[in-house]
Amino acid sequence: MVSPSVKRFMRGLALAALLIPAAVQANEGMRLQSAPINSHDVASLQNGAKLFVNYCLNCHSAGYMRYNRLQDLGLTEQQIRDNLIFTGVKVGELMKVAMDKKDAKDWFGAPPPDLTVITRSRSSGAGSGADWVYNYLRGFYRDSSRPTGWNNLVFENVGMPHVLWQLSGQNTLEKKEFGRHEEAEAAFIASKTLSRLEKVNADGGDGKTSTRYVLSSIVPGRGTLSSVEYDKAVVDLVNYLDYMGEPARLQRRQIGIYALLALGLLFIFAFALKKAYWKDVH
Amino acid sequence: MSDQEVDKGKRGFLIGATGVVGGIAAAATAVPFAGSMLPSERAKAAGAPVEADISQLAPGEMQIVEWRGKPVWIVNRTKEMLEGIKKSDGQVSDPKSEVPLQPEYAKNEYRSIRPEIAVIEGVCSHLGCSPQFKSVEAKGEMGAEWNGGFFCPCHGSKFDFAGRVFSGSPAPVNLKVPPYKFVGDNKVVIGDDSKGA
Amino acid sequence: MAAADKQPVTITSAGPLNGVASGLLTWVDQRFPLMSMWRDHLSEYYAPKNFNFWYFFGALSLFVLVLQITTGIFLTMNYKPDATQAFASVEYIMRDVWGGWFIRYMHSTGASAFFICVYLHMFRGLMYGSYRKPRELIWIFGMLIYLCLMAEAFFGYLLPWGQMSYWGAQVIVNLFGSVPFIGEDLSVWIRGDYVVSDATLNRFFAFHVIAVPLVLLGLVAAHILALHEVGSNNPDGVEIKAHKDAAGHPLDGIPFHPYYTVKDLMGVSVFLIVFSIIMFFMPEGGGYFLEYNNFIPADPLKTPPHIAPVWYFTPFYSILRAVPPMFNSQFPGVIAMGVSTLIFFLLPWLDRSPVRSIRYKGPLFRAALTTFVIVFLILGYLGTEPTNVWGQFGAWLGNADRATVVARIGTAIYFLFFLLMPWYSKIDKCKPEPGRVTW
Repeated sequence: MVSPSVKRFMRGLALAALLIPAAVQANEGMRLQSAPINSHDVASLQNGAKLFVNYCLNCHSAGYMRYNRLQDLGLTEQQIRDNLIFTGVKVGELMKVAMDKKDAKDWFGAPPPDLTVITRSRSSGAGSGADWVYNYLRGFYRDSSRPTGWNNLVFENVGMPHVLWQLSGQNTLEKKEFGRHEEAEAAFIASKTLSRLEKVNADGGDGKTSTRYVLSSIVPGRGTLSSVEYDKAVVDLVNYLDYMGEPARLQRRQIGIYALLALGLLFIFAFALKKAYWKDVH
Repeated sequence: MSDQEVDKGKRGFLIGATGVVGGIAAAATAVPFAGSMLPSERAKAAGAPVEADISQLAPGEMQIVEWRGKPVWIVNRTKEMLEGIKKSDGQVSDPKSEVPLQPEYAKNEYRSIRPEIAVIEGVCSHLGCSPQFKSVEAKGEMGAEWNGGFFCPCHGSKFDFAGRVFSGSPAPVNLKVPPYKFVGDNKVVIGDDSKGA
Repeated sequence: MAAADKQPVTITSAGPLNGVASGLLTWVDQRFPLMSMWRDHLSEYYAPKNFNFWYFFGALSLFVLVLQITTGIFLTMNYKPDATQAFASVEYIMRDVWGGWFIRYMHSTGASAFFICVYLHMFRGLMYGSYRKPRELIWIFGMLIYLCLMAEAFFGYLLPWGQMSYWGAQVIVNLFGSVPFIGEDLSVWIRGDYVVSDATLNRFFAFHVIAVPLVLLGLVAAHILALHEVGSNNPDGVEIKAHKDAAGHPLDGIPFHPYYTVKDLMGVSVFLIVFSIIMFFMPEGGGYFLEYNNFIPADPLKTPPHIAPVWYFTPFYSILRAVPPMFNSQFPGVIAMGVSTLIFFLLPWLDRSPVRSIRYKGPLFRAALTTFVIVFLILGYLGTEPTNVWGQFGAWLGNADRATVVARIGTAIYFLFFLLMPWYSKIDKCKPEPGRVTW
């Protein structure tokens, strides 16, 4: 019962839709590896919470998250009190931090952002926010030109030091240059650690510009954790951050299923009701 | 409209069925809206139990602690103060605490778990002012019959050291005793009387 | 009809409560035009029987309005319109208020759903000539509703006080600053301050929560009353009132109640399924319904690298950007953007076709409308991206951004759709309209 004009319109629309994907360009250079987090893995979330409170909560606040919400992760209030609260506040309090914003700006150049919804804010076409943080925490490398002694492959010239350095060891950066894109791409794919591929227009001595491809890769240091263990620790921490960004997420999806079932049932009856009335309209 | 016979039975059933399913869906949708008006986590955290350290509370002294926005008195009652409570039996309106303004464990002679430690909400049961501590020495202003207690300056209500209201006061009932418990010898937790840690 | 002359209301569907219900309704009906309103607007409002898919969106828009008002009321119970507390209060609602996330997501999804429904509703009007005489006033009320809706969305978007909220508001208010002579003072007056600040937030809150909703409700009532005065159009564009039966009812009409109440109920249930899929499973809408940047609290000292308005404004934003500065002012672009919205008001007088509906219009109008839609979508997409999204042309075109060139061509086509309409709608080779409606 679709009129020809609508069919014509739909065809035009489909044509327009085809134009769009071709236009979307991925970010040049930094491709984000997907963070292998499992939001149902309670052990991972608990470990992530522990890492968060120990390593992050000194400088970064999580000022919209209450300690007692961590009961979502299968912990009791007493366990939270004993293991995750270091400031002596009550378990119903928000995860605030004592660092003064002005001091922070002096020390780090910019105050450390609140981390409650950091993964929600870092999503983009390149990947989810969790992906970004996963790559970020594995992207630190020694750089003596920076005031903290550290730089980051994902966030250039970041003001944050590599807080997890004891776990990962003193990671360094290795650069390789390639003349051809295919070679560089192959090396990028083969790279076992976090890498970034950049196209550089180099000035040849004879006035001609040539295109070089620079592959920067992290070389893991030797820390208390092996690189596999460090990776797993980062996964746990990112898993926790992702949970903290929206604690109600799993519940939301669950209720969504019930809502759809109920609405489906409603549709069945509403449709039958419509048909019952409309059968006498000709 | 056509004049084919309308299947009233089928239509009726479908109206009913759709109505029921729709009604359930609407009721289910109303739940988060109505529920959002319940106390939030912030309200619950602000209303959380409060711990008081009574190790420094000397006999005869009173400590005031804030719980849920109200002053809660903790009094270290001396033997004289406890005897004064007994003597006031005849002067108070509800000597046996019949009106349920205290937890079960405080429905006794001294309206407390331990006789010597009083835990009472310092809010006058008349119109909500906070009464003043008046020891037995205040006989001069409180009258010869005074055995010690609390006096509310707003409208003159009087209470004994168990928080029981004196007959003739504007206040109708005894002062409230909140839920509380002891943790060890020196800590009182106000707002929580659950067993276990 | 005097109250005393009115017939008692009879009800047969309330079963054992018949007498009580009838009595109560009669009492009310003698003092309030209850039954006449019921008849005029529902049980004896005869609508064409051939309404199709495109005719759901008016009722759906009304439904979304109710959703937005309800969720809005409950959000206001916990939201704090203060620059230091606004962002935190939204997270408070999401986490610490029981069911808060449900209400918030319903409101954010509803905002985008409202525009989807309204755009499709307007498109129906474009297709079937619903703006033609005698329905010009319905169209005008509708356009006023659209303008209010844009204002409502703009004011509402500042409230979460995220980076996108703040900088989007800053950019749009600065557009008013480009008005010659009075621009700067106008911007300061709108903001209540020299930059977007707490003062701006508070007044936008007042506009969003009560001022604009009141105007919207009035306009929606006027829109529906104007419609019922004249009667609905239909996909064939023919007047059903031209052929009536002995009782005076249009032969091709059916009473709105029960036929369209029942059909719209079905439509609402389908809509809710799609709405729930988004609300429960992808409320961020790929970053279009809840923008990622808005999860960063507003920072007046840090401009985001890429500011774009919310998706429903982007076609007009594209037009704004496409017009280059003239006489050192961005004002011509602002004018173009304003005209691109306002020109819709003129449709009833631009369309000179002898037929109403696209079903009977000729190839020129069909091509024009199809092109317009494609251009609208392209401009919309371009508005979400920075102007260098498609790279540059070579030196032969002055290294111009490809996207800017496309946006300029698109803007020209957009305006030509309207400006040339009096000509192409007139010379178009139309088909004969049927006398009675077709399916």
